[in-house]
Amino acid sequence: MARNPVTWLGSPTFPKAAKIALADTQLRQNLRKATGTIRGRRAAAVAEMTDWEQLRVAGEQIKDDVLSRLDTLLLQLEESVTARGGVVHWARDAAEANRIVLDLCRAENASEVVKVKSMATAEIGLNEALEAGGVHAIETDLAELIVQLGDDRPSHILVPAIHRNRSEIREIFQRRMGVEVSDEPADLAEAARVYLRQKFLTTKVAVSGANFAVADTGSIVVLESEGNGRMCLTLPDTLITVMGIEKLVPTWQDLEVFLQLLPRSSTAERMNPYTSVWTGVTPGDGPQKFHLVLIDNGRTATLTDSIGRQALRCIRCSACLNVCPVYERTGGQSYGSVYPGPIGAILTPQLVGDMHDPQAASLPYASSLCGACFEVCPVRIDIPSVLTHLRAEVVEAKGRTAESVAMAAAAWIFASASRYEKAQKAGSLARFLARDGRITSLPWPGSKWTSSRDVPAPPAESFRAWWRKNRCQK
Amino acid sequence: MINAAAREEILQRIRDAKVPAAQPVIRGYNQKGPGGVELFAERVADYRAIVHTVSNVPEALTSLQGKRIVAPPDVPEEWLVDGVTWLREPLSIEELDQADGVLTGCAVAIADTGTIVLDGGEAQGRRALTLLPDYHLCVVRADQIAASVPEALQRLEPTRPLTFISGPSATSDIELNRVEGVHGPRTLEVLIVT
Ligand code: SF4
Repeated sequence: MARNPVTWLGSPTFPKAAKIALADTQLRQNLRKATGTIRGRRAAAVAEMTDWEQLRVAGEQIKDDVLSRLDTLLLQLEESVTARGGVVHWARDAAEANRIVLDLCRAENASEVVKVKSMATAEIGLNEALEAGGVHAIETDLAELIVQLGDDRPSHILVPAIHRNRSEIREIFQRRMGVEVSDEPADLAEAARVYLRQKFLTTKVAVSGANFAVADTGSIVVLESEGNGRMCLTLPDTLITVMGIEKLVPTWQDLEVFLQLLPRSSTAERMNPYTSVWTGVTPGDGPQKFHLVLIDNGRTATLTDSIGRQALRCIRCSACLNVCPVYERTGGQSYGSVYPGPIGAILTPQLVGDMHDPQAASLPYASSLCGACFEVCPVRIDIPSVLTHLRAEVVEAKGRTAESVAMAAAAWIFASASRYEKAQKAGSLARFLARDGRITSLPWPGSKWTSSRDVPAPPAESFRAWWRKNRCQK
Repeated sequence: MINAAAREEILQRIRDAKVPAAQPVIRGYNQKGPGGVELFAERVADYRAIVHTVSNVPEALTSLQGKRIVAPPDVPEEWLVDGVTWLREPLSIEELDQADGVLTGCAVAIADTGTIVLDGGEAQGRRALTLLPDYHLCVVRADQIAASVPEALQRLEPTRPLTFISGPSATSDIELNRVEGVHGPRTLEVLIVT
């Protein structure tokens, strides 16, 4: 079977990548600032809701229901989309999905397509596949554009350029757009507007993802902020939507739950600026050709795991990334996948489906099991339990290698504040763990952490509580 | 059917996974909310949109004087006040792009979230009309304001092309802070008619 492009070819294992990332103080500064901002705003947006917990429970239950009768619901979706003039395609893996999209572009004689941000297309490496087939994909989401123009890789599922601050973005725009622009966010947004305007007005084919698909009506839902989504979903003649098979909700009513959970969890807004809903083709309004590509790419394999399958409930809000102490320290690219952070640590290895792959197998260890991700997850994915479960699978697949032992030890130290403090006082975490001879330093050195070393930690304090208290002061 | 083999194989894999039946969904969350014109106005304004509560639409359109404004085919005649160059369908993409603004009604609004929903119905036109002009003036009747998201979805017909609008276009992509004004209309003005 072909390799799943959900992980980037040649990526080092998580600890090795994290070690490199940790040397980048600019990166850590950018991440601390961005995630700190969004954490506070999300907490406020959620606190406003008296029924948040009930919404989370409903979100969890609706998604579990979807997973329990996915075959029936997919057939229902196919029927409703087809009845409204859309064409449904099925793809077992990334290569098959990419081939379908490329063929559709070729059938329209398109040499360029505009794209609205989509995790599914990033997961399957669609842009690269289209490029190889002579079709250039233009990313239109601001953060995706920053990544694309910077020849960079994404580091966050909502804001792929979160690792870039405004002056770095300015530098990329000046270099690639050939314009003079200040580092004011409003000016940077204006530069993107001008740069993309003609593309929106003239490109004939658009590619999108989907946040939700409603099985009983065939309606597809995309949430966005900038209006680039509306441009792509409205102006071209042909629209190709690529969607993971788990993105379903059974009925229109179910959306009332997710349209409340998702914006507050992701951008900390009561509602995101724009949400588009379309069903097949509407004569006289929007694209007159609509293709829906349903992709498996490891999802059905994930579905067989009774503990791991809850990762398929994910609505890609990114709240778990924003609260994760490990993510904040290492950045998203260390995970070697389009899905970083806590959700990446459980979803990526399952989509890869091979615990003998050292990189994928290292991901379940990229966590201190502090539980912050579960607390914020709008669909109540118990990420810590899945991590523990996957670690056991790694050990089963590979045996207790020196690396997995060291990784487990690192995770064990991170799980307790007092153990962590002791390890630090012993000199460095690296030395504490150096005995196996293969790990010369820990992925998380103390440089930034040492600033809080003199904060006394009560022995019974959990790492979570300790982290909460300390990160706010930095 | 384009690739029947892939379809069959995926469906079979799903069945082979034998996922047990799920619990019935408990909808313990709020179906309703306080609602009302005031809450709606406040929440729209939170997105840095401009909001007015008016009793008469034509009188509130003075700011459009001298401008080139798109009006969907079925806007009420009385909205088409003198002194404005009204642009009517059929309009090309270029004409829409060069317009100063667009005047529409809406299908539903949501007080709880300060959202306006367009469905291509009366006084709204096709989606491109409210997308390309840089300024969107939207008329919301008080009776169109639903209190909550659940209530709004009940009022909507899902198979129509829907656009939920909450403030002017914005981005959170630079350091995760909201900045208004990217590709969609950079100014959103809402007239609430009571
Ligand atoms: S796992 Fe939960 S918190 Fe993380 S992105 Fe998915 S839905 Fe959001």
